[in-house]
Order: sequence, then C-alpha cells, then structure tokens
Amino acid sequence: MAKPLLSVENLSVSFDTPKGVVEAVRGISFEVGQERLGIVGESGSGKSQTGRAILGVTPGRVSADRIEFDGIDLRNAPARVMRDIRGQRISMIMQDPRYSLNPVMAVGWQIAEAYRVHTDASKREAKQRTLDMLATVRIREPEKVFDLYPHQVSGGMGQRIMIAMMLIPGPDLIIADEPTSALDVTVQLQVLAILDDMVRDRGMGLIFISHDLHLVSSFCDRILVMYGGQIMEVLEADALEKAEHPYTRGLLNCLPDLDHRQDVLPVLERDANWLLTNGASE
Amino acid sequence: MSSPSESTDAGLKAWLLSDTPHSVTQARCQRLYLAWLAFAANPIAMLGLAIIVILVLMAAAAPLLTGGDGTEQALANRLQPPNGEHWFGTDELGRDIFDRIIWGARITLYIVGLVGIIVVPIGLLVGTVAGYVGGWVDIVLMRVTDIFLAFPRLILALAFVAVLGPGLENAVLAIALTTWSPFARIARAETLTIRNAEHILAARVQGASTARIILHHVTPLCLSSVIVRLTLDMAGIILTAAGLGFLGLGAQPPLPEWGAMISTGRQYMLDQWWVATIPGIAILVVSMGFNLLGDGLRDVLDPRSGGSS
Amino acid sequence: MITVENLDIAFGSGRGRVHAVRQVSFKVARGESFGLVGESGSGKSTVLRAIAGLTPGWRGAMAVDGVALGQKRARDFHRRLQMVFQDPYGSLHPRHTVNDILKEPLIIHKVDDIEFRVLKALDEVGLGAGYRFRFPHQLSGGQRQRIAIARALILDPEVILLDEPTSALDVSVQAEILNLLAQLRRERNLTYIMVSHDLAIVAHLCGRIAVMNRGAFVEEMSGDQLRAGTPEHGYTRQLLLASKGYDRAAIDQFVEFD
Repeated sequence: MAKPLLSVENLSVSFDTPKGVVEAVRGISFEVGQERLGIVGESGSGKSQTGRAILGVTPGRVSADRIEFDGIDLRNAPARVMRDIRGQRISMIMQDPRYSLNPVMAVGWQIAEAYRVHTDASKREAKQRTLDMLATVRIREPEKVFDLYPHQVSGGMGQRIMIAMMLIPGPDLIIADEPTSALDVTVQLQVLAILDDMVRDRGMGLIFISHDLHLVSSFCDRILVMYGGQIMEVLEADALEKAEHPYTRGLLNCLPDLDHRQDVLPVLERDANWLLTNGASE
Repeated sequence: MSSPSESTDAGLKAWLLSDTPHSVTQARCQRLYLAWLAFAANPIAMLGLAIIVILVLMAAAAPLLTGGDGTEQALANRLQPPNGEHWFGTDELGRDIFDRIIWGARITLYIVGLVGIIVVPIGLLVGTVAGYVGGWVDIVLMRVTDIFLAFPRLILALAFVAVLGPGLENAVLAIALTTWSPFARIARAETLTIRNAEHILAARVQGASTARIILHHVTPLCLSSVIVRLTLDMAGIILTAAGLGFLGLGAQPPLPEWGAMISTGRQYMLDQWWVATIPGIAILVVSMGFNLLGDGLRDVLDPRSGGSS
Repeated sequence: MITVENLDIAFGSGRGRVHAVRQVSFKVARGESFGLVGESGSGKSTVLRAIAGLTPGWRGAMAVDGVALGQKRARDFHRRLQMVFQDPYGSLHPRHTVNDILKEPLIIHKVDDIEFRVLKALDEVGLGAGYRFRFPHQLSGGQRQRIAIARALILDPEVILLDEPTSALDVSVQAEILNLLAQLRRERNLTYIMVSHDLAIVAHLCGRIAVMNRGAFVEEMSGDQLRAGTPEHGYTRQLLLASKGYDRAAIDQFVEFD
C-alpha cells in the first residue's frame, strides 16, 4: 500500500459513569488508504466510538499515540483546523439522516450551504453543483428534490441526500457509521453502490462501520473485526471464509443460512481470554 | 455481576449499585440513588433543595423556635427596628416579625402543599384521559382546559374569592382552580408521545383496560414532568397567595401570612422598612428555592434534557 | 387455527389515504409457523397488528380457532393470543421492574400463584430469579427480548405473533433468541406468525412464507422452496438476491415492483 491516508496508533476511548470508568476502545491501531475498510462488531464493541474519536466528536476521553491524517496530527489540532478538516476533508455519514438534517431548510439549500462553507462559490454555482451532486447519487428529479424539506423525503432518499451533502466538498476520507442499517435491503445496496462508485472514481478512502459481517465482507476490501474495544482480527474481505479467530467464526456461524436448513443455530461462546491478549494489529 | 453474598458485606453503596437487586425495595432505592447522584452533582439545585428543607424544618419546629404562635401583641414594643431581642424587629402591634415569618412558613407550606395535592391529580387525570382516549373526549376536555388557561390567574382567583368569601381555604381553592390547566396540557402532550409506544401496545395486547393503561402505564411516565412543572410553579403559587393576602382576600388577620404582612407593613414602608421588607425577602428566597429545585429536578427527571438513564 | 380472508386496511382519508393492506388472505394451522416477509411499508406489520386487535377499522374476516374476530376483542382472546414486539428497548415499560412487567398479565386476567409463575417464566426463557427486580435499563437487548417473550408466554397462549423480534439485536444474540423461539414452539406446540424483513430469518424459523409488497401478497411458498432459490415472482427473486450481499453488477438490474 502507498502512504496511508489515515493512521491510528494505540487509540483508546473511555467514559466516566457512576459505576466507574468504562473503556469503550482499548488501544487499537490501524491504517486506511484509498480503500474500503470495514469495521465490524456487535454493539459495545467500540466500533462507533472509533469513528467518532478520529473526528474528535466523542464525549469520551480519547488518548492515542498517533492519529495522523495526511500528515496532520489530529490529536492536538486546534479547533479551527479540526473544523476545516471535518466536512471538507473527512466526512461522516450517520445512521439516521433525519436527525442530521435541519428540519426547516430545504434539503437542496442545505447541501449548497455545505459547499459554500468550504468554497467561495456563488449561490447560483452552489445550486448547480448541488443539482449535479443529487444526480450523481441517483436521485431521479434533482430539481424537484432540491426544494423538499427533510420530512418530505423517504429514508432511502434522505440517506442519499446526506451522502450528497457529505460528498460535495470532495472529501478524501469518509467515515460511514451504519449508513444503511435503517434502509430496506435493496435500497441499502443501491446506496452502497453510490459510495462504492465514489471511492473508485475519486480515489477516496472509506471507513465503513457496520454490525453486518456478510454485507461488509461483500462490500469492503479489508475488514477489522472488533470485540470489547479491541481488534480481534484483520481480514482481506474475500478471505472471510478463512477467518481464524473464534469470534469471527462465531459471528459467521450464528447467522441463519439461506441455503441450508438448520434446526438449531450455533451460539457464539465468548471467551474472556480474547481480551487478555493485545488483539491483532497491522 | 455480584453473587448474593457480596452485596451484604460490601456496604450500602454496593447494595445501591448492585446489578442484581434482590427485592422491589432495593430496585426502587437504586433508582432513587442514581437520580440523587445526578441531582447532587448540581450545586444550584442543591441550594434550592437546602432552602426548601430549611423552610420545612422551620415550619415543623415553629413552636420550639418561637415563644408563642406569632400573634401575641405587645403594644409597648411596637415598630422596633431589628435588634438583639427581636432579630427582624417588631410590627405595628408589637409582634415579633421573626416569629411571624416562622409561623408564616407553615401557612406558605400549607398553601403550596394543598394546591399541589389538588392540582396534580386533576391535571394528570384530565390530561392523560384526553391524550389517551382522544376523539371528542379530547376535544371537550381540552376546550375546558383552554377556558381556564385563558383567564389571568390573579383576576380569576379574585373572582372566586369574591364569590366564596375571603379566607385561606378559599384562596387555596381559587389558586388551585386557576393552576391545574397547564398540568393537564403537559400530561396530554406527554401522553400523546407515549400512547403508541410499544410498551403501551403490549399492555393492550395483554388485555389491559383503558383505565388500567392510563393509571398503571401512562401516568407514571407523565408524573416526572408534572412534578417538575409543579416545583417551578410553586413560586407563582406563593406569589399569587401573597397577592391575595396583600389584597386582604387570602389569609385573614391575625394569621402571619407573608403577603398580608407586606400589606400591613406598607403603611410604615418609609420609616419602618423592615415591617414590609422582611416578609418580602422571605417570599423571594422561598420562590427562588422552589425554582432552583425545579430546574435541578428537570435535569434529573426529564428524559428529553438528558441526564437520567 | 388462524384464518384471514380478504383483509383490507386503509388509514386516513382523501389525498392522505394510505391503502396499507389489500385483500390479504391466508390460513395458519395449529402448531404451524408462518412468516410474512416484505420491505418497509409493505403492510406486513399492519396485518399482524390487525390480528392482535391493535388496528381498528379493518375490513374482511378473521378467525382464531374457528371463532370470528370483531373490531373489539374480549379479554379471553388475549389469553390465547400474545405478541412480541420489535424493539426490546421500547416494548418494556421503563419504570416497571421485570417483576411488575411479568405480573401485569397475571393481574389483568386474575390468575393466582403469581410468584411461582413469574419465577417459572424467567426460568423458561433462560434468565434466573436474579433478574426479577431489575429495571429494563439494567438489561441488555437480548435479555429484554427474553423478558418480552416471557411476558407473552406467561398466560400460556396458543398463538404468538412475532413482529421482527430480532431486528434490533446483535447477530449472536439473534441466534440465541431464534433458538429459544424454536425450542418453545416445539415444547408447547405454539402457533407462530412472524413478520420480518430478513429472508434468512423467516426461512429459518417458518415452514411457510408469504412475501408482501405494497400491501398485497406477492406469493406464498415453503421454506424449502425459498432455500432452493426457486421463487416464482421477480420481486421475491430480487429480494433473495439482495439478501446475499453486495454485488455491484446485480444492483444496476434492480427494478421497482408495483
């Protein structure tokens, strides 16, 4: 791999609760290049906190030996630099777009606004760019959708609009946190296809955070499997069947299989030893 | 997770934070304890709580703190400024103002307590029934609520007292009648957000009657926002009561009601400032106490502003 | 056991009218497990809720064990038919302990031996007495769904309606819940109607499957037929293809079905 876009070393995130400190992420290291990296794990595995810690938007305490994006140290970057990076160079796509969109502003202008914040484009230029972008994310009637308000769009359309908004400044890295879990399977795949094309055509990096091991393995180039805040295993996506770690194997086996009849599904047995070793790293 | 033996010897704190409560009591105490931790972390709210606790203690210990019942006259000592013997001075009939403030605390608590007891059940009942049943029931109940909401509080209270005659009980009744409507609105709004929640549907699938769902399932969830609102409204209730007292329509002499005390002190305002000022300060401090407490409670109880689990 | 004939449900009126369910008919035998699959807005949950008596204003005919259902349900109906909801975080009352939650149906139906039954129900869903006095926020998603299942079983019903019972759970927990549901059905000869958007789950738990799109049945088939990958309708085939994961080339072939 060429020089990575983002490299993270020994990242930890912890939270203070009335019952003591909870460690959500425990010293993980990984790198992302111009590729589709999947981070897979169940709830509480720390996968979402990892994505948020990179952008500095977690309420927890973050510590790391290194979070470096394109030569910039994100750990100690001043707020102004971080603001410029967030949105313009690294974008984040959340699970439910309807919470992230302003309910009283037409979606088109929200996208145009996102463009104008980072460029000196005129309103007219921004609108044109927005319409192009809406077409790129395969919205059929961009002119019509431009003037809709968030409550008037469906979930799948909302997620496409969100993606358009995140892509319009031309970021180098996209962090997508369960971007399609709320959508129907066919719509989900169509939205992923848009992200996929962007990564390929524009040479972006993509961190795709999901609980769905099958989906991630069919979509991404590389997979980090997380459990208990640590990386259990790093896999090439097409080598999923060769996964060795018992956790990965357990996750794979406990899914009902569409091809074979099973009376009882194998149940994942967790092992405390998984967390004692320092996990896998690159 | 702790084994049963652990929680007995590891002390109260472990008992309160244990993941496996062994009784209903322990489960409820844990809930209160966590809420208390969140509440105690807010110094302003604690100040409010302290003021209210002191007020309650003052009212409870009134006979111990004072010589009489706050109505003994001593005309030889009238209108004395604050001094070592009469900390807050004396009024135009030579009554000790400190004593009267303390006895007045009982009246204030009596008023807010009684208003709360009347207003919360009425508001909850009207609001939850309107919100849950819906349809024409909702329309009728809410229009009635609107009518009460549209009247200026003090004016309507004045009208009630004019009809029923002046006196503390009538003042309480008048205040209650003008106070319940916002509670009904809050309870209704809260009910509308939860009436289609899955746990309410689950209760319906179990065959629970409408009355049971409203009482056991909807009301507990409305209670916290209603209590928060009540605490925040306490200041207004105290002020209305004091206003009625000031106008001579609330507590009647010689009862040491703070508003009535200001009213009589008014005549001596320029030369004997303490007669009107001291009860004014008492009203201010107690109103503020309730407001601070209400803000703190809202942070702990209201799920929308975060805080609770 | 359950017969649904020409079920038709519409919400709203005028331009805002949504025709949620169109002329749906099916029969489920005693002890059978029937699955309804579809995407969001297909009307699958609405059918389930209509059977449970949660959706007023339906037209058509429904019967449970030969007894026709009216718009309002008698209390006895609920002893025979119970439901498990999708969201384990929303289907348990946040201010009630597990004990209160499990006691509630027993109190409503005036069943005695409450203590014994609550402990037995907890035991049956694989949770011990140690969970009895917890609040829902002290439970994981899987544990909550076990409580919801225990609540549905505590009245010894014959029919259980399952509304996406595992869609909010992690896959490893999903496997445990699916196993529990299969085991309970075997032990008690329960009749299930399960709604899901996930073909693999429905194929796993249900012997017979109906695919729904825009309020109507697209086709009905057996679980084996689905596993063999031989559905007849194009909509089902597309759904099946989509369930197998991301395939860039296949996605461009997706079409909308009416």
